[in-house]
Amino acid sequence: MLTLLIALPAVGALVVGLLPKAQEELAKYVALAVSLVVAVFAIVMATGFDTDGERFQFTQTYWWIKQFGVHWAVGLDGVSLTLVLLSVILVPLVLLASWTPADRYGGASEEAPPARSAKLYFALILSMEAMMIGVFAATDVFLFYVFFEAILIPVYFLVGTYGGPQRSYAAVKFLLYSLFGGLLMLAAVIGLYVYAGKDSFLLNDLIGANIDPDTAKWLFLGFFIAFAIKAPMVPVHTWLPDTASQAPAGALVLIVGVLDKIGTYGMIRFCLELFPGASKWATPVVITFAVISIVYGAVLAIGQVDLKRLIAYTSVSHFGFIVLGIFAMTTTAQSGAMLYMVNHGFSTGALFLAAGFLISRRGSARIDAYGGVQKVAPLLAGTFLVAGLSGLSLPGLSSFVSEFLVLVGTFSRYKVPAIIATVGIVLAAVYILWTYQRIAGGPPKVSFPDLGVRELVAIGPILAIIVALGFFPKPIIDLINPSVERTMSVVKQTDPAPTVAPTVAEGVKP
Amino acid sequence: MHKAEGIQSVAWLLIALPLAGAAILLLAGRATDKWGHYLATLLSAASGVIGFLMFGQMLGYGTEERSRNLHLYDYFVTGNFNVDIGLQIDQLSISFVLLITFVGTLIHIYSIGYMAHDENRRRFFAYLNLFVAAMLLLVLSDNYLGLYVGWEGVGLASYLLIGFWQHKPTAATAAKKAFVVNRVGDFGLSIAIMLMFATFGTISYAGVYAAAPEASEGILTAIGLMLLLGACGKSAQLPLQSWLLDAMEGPTPVSALIHAATMVTAGVYLIVRSGPIFNLSETAQLVVAIVGAATLLAGAVIGCAKDDIKKALAGSTMSQIGYMVLAAGLGKAGYVFAIAHLITHGFFKAGMFLGAGSVMHAMKDDVDMRKYGALRTVMLITFATFFLGYLAIIGVPPFSGFFTKDPIIEAAFEHNIVLGICAMFGAAITAFYMSRLVFMTFFGKARWDDDAHPHESPLVMTIPLMILAVGSAGLGAFLMLGHRFQDFLEPITGAPEETHSLVSANGIITLVLVAAGVAYAWFRYGAATVPREAPRGSFLTTFARKDLYGDAINESLLMRPGQWITRIAVWFDNRGVDGAVNGLAALIGGTSGRVRRVQTGFVRSYALSMFIGAGILVAALLVVRV
Repeated sequence: MLTLLIALPAVGALVVGLLPKAQEELAKYVALAVSLVVAVFAIVMATGFDTDGERFQFTQTYWWIKQFGVHWAVGLDGVSLTLVLLSVILVPLVLLASWTPADRYGGASEEAPPARSAKLYFALILSMEAMMIGVFAATDVFLFYVFFEAILIPVYFLVGTYGGPQRSYAAVKFLLYSLFGGLLMLAAVIGLYVYAGKDSFLLNDLIGANIDPDTAKWLFLGFFIAFAIKAPMVPVHTWLPDTASQAPAGALVLIVGVLDKIGTYGMIRFCLELFPGASKWATPVVITFAVISIVYGAVLAIGQVDLKRLIAYTSVSHFGFIVLGIFAMTTTAQSGAMLYMVNHGFSTGALFLAAGFLISRRGSARIDAYGGVQKVAPLLAGTFLVAGLSGLSLPGLSSFVSEFLVLVGTFSRYKVPAIIATVGIVLAAVYILWTYQRIAGGPPKVSFPDLGVRELVAIGPILAIIVALGFFPKPIIDLINPSVERTMSVVKQTDPAPTVAPTVAEGVKP
Repeated sequence: MHKAEGIQSVAWLLIALPLAGAAILLLAGRATDKWGHYLATLLSAASGVIGFLMFGQMLGYGTEERSRNLHLYDYFVTGNFNVDIGLQIDQLSISFVLLITFVGTLIHIYSIGYMAHDENRRRFFAYLNLFVAAMLLLVLSDNYLGLYVGWEGVGLASYLLIGFWQHKPTAATAAKKAFVVNRVGDFGLSIAIMLMFATFGTISYAGVYAAAPEASEGILTAIGLMLLLGACGKSAQLPLQSWLLDAMEGPTPVSALIHAATMVTAGVYLIVRSGPIFNLSETAQLVVAIVGAATLLAGAVIGCAKDDIKKALAGSTMSQIGYMVLAAGLGKAGYVFAIAHLITHGFFKAGMFLGAGSVMHAMKDDVDMRKYGALRTVMLITFATFFLGYLAIIGVPPFSGFFTKDPIIEAAFEHNIVLGICAMFGAAITAFYMSRLVFMTFFGKARWDDDAHPHESPLVMTIPLMILAVGSAGLGAFLMLGHRFQDFLEPITGAPEETHSLVSANGIITLVLVAAGVAYAWFRYGAATVPREAPRGSFLTTFARKDLYGDAINESLLMRPGQWITRIAVWFDNRGVDGAVNGLAALIGGTSGRVRRVQTGFVRSYALSMFIGAGILVAALLVVRV
């Protein structure tokens, strides 16, 4: 079933790509239809997930390269399931938000955007979708690596073809960073295979393998650096702002909202589970860099003049929270981190979409090109504000729950990092609200139409999800909990006990 | 604790109704322009009715059974951290429910008239409803997370309403400032919650308070101080006071509801609610009292120097909340008075703000009191209701403020003579600046602009004024005579050990000082002619006009260094980090300096070389293995 879910968008991408050149319009509808089918299919499948059941569900395992012990092995646990759902929900909305040439242009100019193929764009997004599902579903380390690298191709072409004036620089930079990480990871993958001596790349075979602690540290580093580049963490984050400033908003929703999650997902799935000892060894350094990312990313976001670069830096800050939560190694912090991955996908997705709507109208990504949008286009300003408020983790919106869990969970083990990270909530208010003030406040400096129906349909569901998960996070957390418990037991960590145990039962329960 | 029954079991409707109102008005858009404000007012009133019914039901219970809990749903469970959304219906929360819904509904009604000509009236009412819902969640939640959600919810509503006229740059700036300064307070509240979880493993009121006595005093002090930081942000106490004066950019009904009667008092609620923690840490309590005393003086001094009627009232709000915080810092001796003063203040200050709105309405939205004068002759209802509020705030018996402020001064003296003198001196300054305000606005000669034609406001605005005036006049006596409110609240907050008599030496001295303040104001602003241009004034006047240099301090200590740090960081990131990483990559690839000008063809060879490198590595590993 899972294989089918991967194949569906892949075939869709092929079909869309092979349509004749004259059929650009049809291509868009076909792509949208495919992505909707994928979304419905995935959601229906997800309802069959049993939170009390096996760890990996919907599994399928076949030999792929028998000589090397490589399998086509797929399966989903709570974390990967939520990330797959995130991907399949975002893709149709992204397609819808990429309908016009201006939507698909990553640069910004007041003249008509350059004529570029819609067909290719939609096909690339669909192929990305297939690989995103694949990368989260892979339970074979080698298969994961293949998806991990293969996904660079559509992104490279999306940035390089549809980007702004500096698109080739951005695309190359993205590719070089990713390839460098990929190379380290490949070495580590092979090293793992060799030193584990199991003749298999299956995750289940490799977990708990007896690897010499010193070797494990090197292998851990190979994986970790690759994931840190992807996530991206300071100091290997600089590819993201450049990519963000050049790539089209729709592609960015997927690049930052989903693709970068492969980094943090990989940290949980591979770094922690395969090298629990080395992970603990690296924890102090990782936490230091995570806290630096939080504060540094936020300060840089405040200083940006380009709207898309600004959102990219806010993500650097948010990824800092996610990594902090993962390596704090308490149940609360890890659930927070895993939930954060989903929530960040939606809230940053919404922010990039809203930014895209603004930029395609005004023809500029510079914040100072705007003013008074609240008066000119209240709906657009309103959606931007809600997305922004989710970005600053306003209680009642989804990101709050995850950020709060990360902070509370981290604090019970690492007090000082948690306190420094909490400064992030003040900085977040500055970078979001100051941006909103400059864009939406003051006397109108721009005149353009408010959101149309298509755009509302594209961004509305995301905002609805943000609010719904803000008030009712429990379903997702219940989905994630078994994975967290599992990870905690693999790394052999228990939660710090409260220093004073409650002496009486809590309030009345029905 | 008992379970909620009867009408109390639908207490969630209190929050849900106004929340639904906000959602309908915002989502349905212009379709609701015609009747949206009526719907919002109706829903707020419906919440009020439920609140009163719940109150009635509570009075039917014995003292021991009045505290009730209503479990709504599980928010999340993860590891040993589980949080439920639940409501705590007790004497403290119901007092707030009544205040919020009653004053809130009156202000909804008033706004129908006040905002009649605003094209975005619907949006305004949506935000008001959102505020009421969030504020009710804040006071009703049975745990700190729910409180936090409400806490930020009211912050959001406040942000949206201060910046309601976004096209005014000053309004947009003020809104952002309010939110950011509040976030500094939220930093404290967040840390307090983290400390509670790390210490007690729970953040429900019941769980934390039950376990609090076993925690070390150091931890309790830390929690207390962090809670205080949160309270300072929300309640505009030193050193986080600077946003409140700017917040007057919002429409006046907002100033009345949010920035006078309810939201800004949330800090006082937080401290009183967390009494079981503060009671165990004398240090934290002392700091609370000092912050309160300092703010009550600072606010009063600012109030003396403002010619902008709303800003003068805002300074006064700061100062009056300072009284409440001072009282809350006195522990059991003061909690009841803090809440009592909070409630009467909610009435008389809301009344005066709405009165100020009525005056502005008549004076073409001019807020400069130097252009008012003699308005009592043309706006009799506004004047009369305002005057009752004035008598209440300066503490003239038998009006409300006398019954609720005097005990605070009294209790402060019993606790510490310095605090007592601050509170007493504050009362004298209050009398001066409020008299100044009243004389400049309603008495003396008319100094109106030539095109100003002041007139009384419509009934939809003056009826709320009249109702609030009744509260200004009589509510204090009703609550405090015969210890009515004290007995009601005692199970939650504890009660002062000593009882105060109505007439005391301190009380008489205070009244004499108040009279002196009024007299001095009459001499300066009532009998004398008030110039239309503000005189330069002494050093002290300038000091007060500039809000005691609060903004200047923030600017030089936080904003400018912050800007520098940001600039340096941006430069560093572009040159330093990016440059270093690129350089390193270039070094590895042996292509120094060309990365920026690199062409697509080059990528292929680069990628190829990487894969070859990887291949060699694989081979090497295999060899090692063999």
